[in-house]
Amino acid sequence: MPVASIPAETRPRRIALAGNPNVGKTTLFNALTGLRQKVANYPGVTVERKSGRLVNTEGVEVVDLPGTYSLNPKSLDERVAYDVLVGRMDGEAVPDLVLCVVDATNLERNLYLVTQIQDLGLPVVVALNMMDAAQEAGLEIDVDGLAKRLNAPVLPLVARNKIGLDALLAALAEVPPVKATAAWDLIPAAEKPVADLAAQLDAEVPGLPERRCRFEALGALSSDLLLAPWQERAPQFHQAVLDARADLEARKVPYKQAEMMGRYAWLGPLAADVIARHKDPSDQTRSDKIDAILTHRIAGPLIFVGILVLIFQAVFSWAGPAMDLIETTVVALGSGVRSLMPDGMIEDVMVEGVITGVGNVVIFLPQILLLFFFLGLMEDTGYMARTAFIMDRLMRRMGLSGASVVPLLSSYACAIPGIMAARTLSNERDRIITIMVAPLMSCSARLPVYTLFIAAFIPTGALFGVIGYQGLTMFSLYVLGTVMAFFAAWVLKRVVFKGSSSMFVMELPPYRLPRMKQVLWRMVDRSKAFVVRAGRIIFGLSILLWFLAAYPKTDTDSALESARAEAEATYQTQVQNLPPTADAERQRLAEARDAQLAEIDTEVAGQQIRQSFIGMLGHAVEPIMRPLGFDWKMSAGILSAFAAREVIVSTMATIYSVGEEDDEPVLLRDALKADRYPDGRPVYTPLVALSLLIFFVFALQCMSTLAIARRELNSWKWPAVMWLYMFALAYVFSLVVYQGGLALGWGV
Amino acid sequence: MVTLRDLKPGERGTVIGYTDDDPPGRLLEMGLLPGTSVEIVRLAPLGDPIDLKVRGFHLSIRQHEAAHIQVERG
Repeated sequence: MPVASIPAETRPRRIALAGNPNVGKTTLFNALTGLRQKVANYPGVTVERKSGRLVNTEGVEVVDLPGTYSLNPKSLDERVAYDVLVGRMDGEAVPDLVLCVVDATNLERNLYLVTQIQDLGLPVVVALNMMDAAQEAGLEIDVDGLAKRLNAPVLPLVARNKIGLDALLAALAEVPPVKATAAWDLIPAAEKPVADLAAQLDAEVPGLPERRCRFEALGALSSDLLLAPWQERAPQFHQAVLDARADLEARKVPYKQAEMMGRYAWLGPLAADVIARHKDPSDQTRSDKIDAILTHRIAGPLIFVGILVLIFQAVFSWAGPAMDLIETTVVALGSGVRSLMPDGMIEDVMVEGVITGVGNVVIFLPQILLLFFFLGLMEDTGYMARTAFIMDRLMRRMGLSGASVVPLLSSYACAIPGIMAARTLSNERDRIITIMVAPLMSCSARLPVYTLFIAAFIPTGALFGVIGYQGLTMFSLYVLGTVMAFFAAWVLKRVVFKGSSSMFVMELPPYRLPRMKQVLWRMVDRSKAFVVRAGRIIFGLSILLWFLAAYPKTDTDSALESARAEAEATYQTQVQNLPPTADAERQRLAEARDAQLAEIDTEVAGQQIRQSFIGMLGHAVEPIMRPLGFDWKMSAGILSAFAAREVIVSTMATIYSVGEEDDEPVLLRDALKADRYPDGRPVYTPLVALSLLIFFVFALQCMSTLAIARRELNSWKWPAVMWLYMFALAYVFSLVVYQGGLALGWGV
Repeated sequence: MVTLRDLKPGERGTVIGYTDDDPPGRLLEMGLLPGTSVEIVRLAPLGDPIDLKVRGFHLSIRQHEAAHIQVERG
């Protein structure tokens, strides 16, 4: 039927897209909306709200609901889907039409959700996706028969190849009629009480469709979460539900299972009727054969470790050059702007605040993009679920779940993609614990700090002549962070989340070939979310930290000022006395003067930071840090490293005025070794270095991590707890090591 | 009383009930209901969780949950 001939009032304006996880919902959403998508969050929750305009239409909005198995709000995703569909979500109107995506190879379980949505009294169109896979599995589905039984349009589809899309779009132009009553029956013992409750609800809240009353009555009967909102809206109904529960319990009717049993009792025969099987269902599918290898008792874990090594190798070695390039570009951009703009405060804000701030965000991108690419590949093929399957037992011992493995391993590169990857954890408790311990994994930003202090203060010898002390220290730092992450998870599980149980009920979806377009799309999507959301906070704090290091402006020390004038004067006198032909000598003198001036400039910069707010803060917190063996300079370095851990290296370089030359690390190392307290004791001993290293293993010196944790957990509470407990760990461990070391006489 | 936990990889069973008055709703929604035929496909490399085949798809649950589901062999 041509769209124009459909009367305007039966044309849908808002379509919600619903379906189980792993049924190709995202692929279909992309095909339906093209590139014009908007991603936001639902108010008050971290669940993403994706919407877009239906292709070839003027203003029909498609909203992608979270993938769910049911509408009984047990998880956040289900809660959101339910609230949107019943119009209880702030700022969301009830959709005119719900497009349910269904996996044709797995009809029975997928239709469970479809019947629930129909029971809300909403018009439903069913997209029967993965028809190619169904055919391959020898399933022949009677599409017309299915449509008749469901009393809804059913459109066969292969979303990834866009087969059947045109017919689906045509079907979406009109709102199909809704049947007043549901076709499925409850178990007999529950039928009458539920019907009575539905009648009570209908009397108290007029205007709800008949089958919606039954659905709500059933929901309120079996779930406290669903019952609660009725206490105010329909107090008599609320009381009636409580009475009915008591009555049913007395008669030992399993009413909490009534809904599941009723729906499946109807869906089982339905599926048997509309599906003709041309292959023995007990035959091994290709996916089963792959699983026999990938989850094999011995081969499975080996392959998993192999894949991880491959991914980490790729992330570290491929991201390296890109990160170097970004660093060079940021520096070049800075000096470019410096040469274009007049000297002054605006120039300083631009270069040291804005450009460095942007650089601090963008520098993470190569690793994040690569990690998201591989994670996307693992998700898209179905392998991600297997990693959870393989690792669950091991991880559970430590208070985590199998699905925590990938987020935690990602955190060795950077906690930010790690924390974002924790979204795949469906259990909220497991997700929070995983996020809370992820920053304890030693990330790549700690590496420059580890390298500097190990190279400077850990002896080069070797244990038993084979294991170098320096390498051993480095390895121990990684182990220390990892062990503590597991311990922290264990404590969180037993103390904070005491008593709450974690279930592990996970579908192992069939293996599918990854679609590059899909994987790349998701990679860009998630990276964009990082840049936009976390970027804002990181950027703001970078400017703040710049300000603290650059102000208050000090009057350049008069001694330095006169040193500068003197260098200039000496040069002038020397040049004057030279014969006009001594060009080479003149140049040598000019170079000597320039070197002297540069030295004075670094001295000025050092003086500036020593007297800046950061310097003052360093002095202010020194008494707290002193028991750990840190002086004010290290304290200031630690404070400035809050922008990003590796910043401590450049801050220390500025404080010690060693300049920003190529051989800076070596110079800084020598400067650290040479530093003395007024009484002649060295500021740095191997024990101080060890204390500082341990501090960096534990302390959450990274505002980006806090920003992303705030975003993912939607509150400042958890990030605050995270920072505090990690600081406490850092402080206590450094204290014990330093004071213990002193007591043992290692402090020299 | 035989539970899903007692079945060995490759064995089949039919759900007949639950050891618990209030079995987890998620398991029921996934179709593990009385009368449903279940096959233990394999155990994870460390022995837990289990890979089940139920209503034509693969479902992974822990031994702990499996012990709550009563089955009849075959």
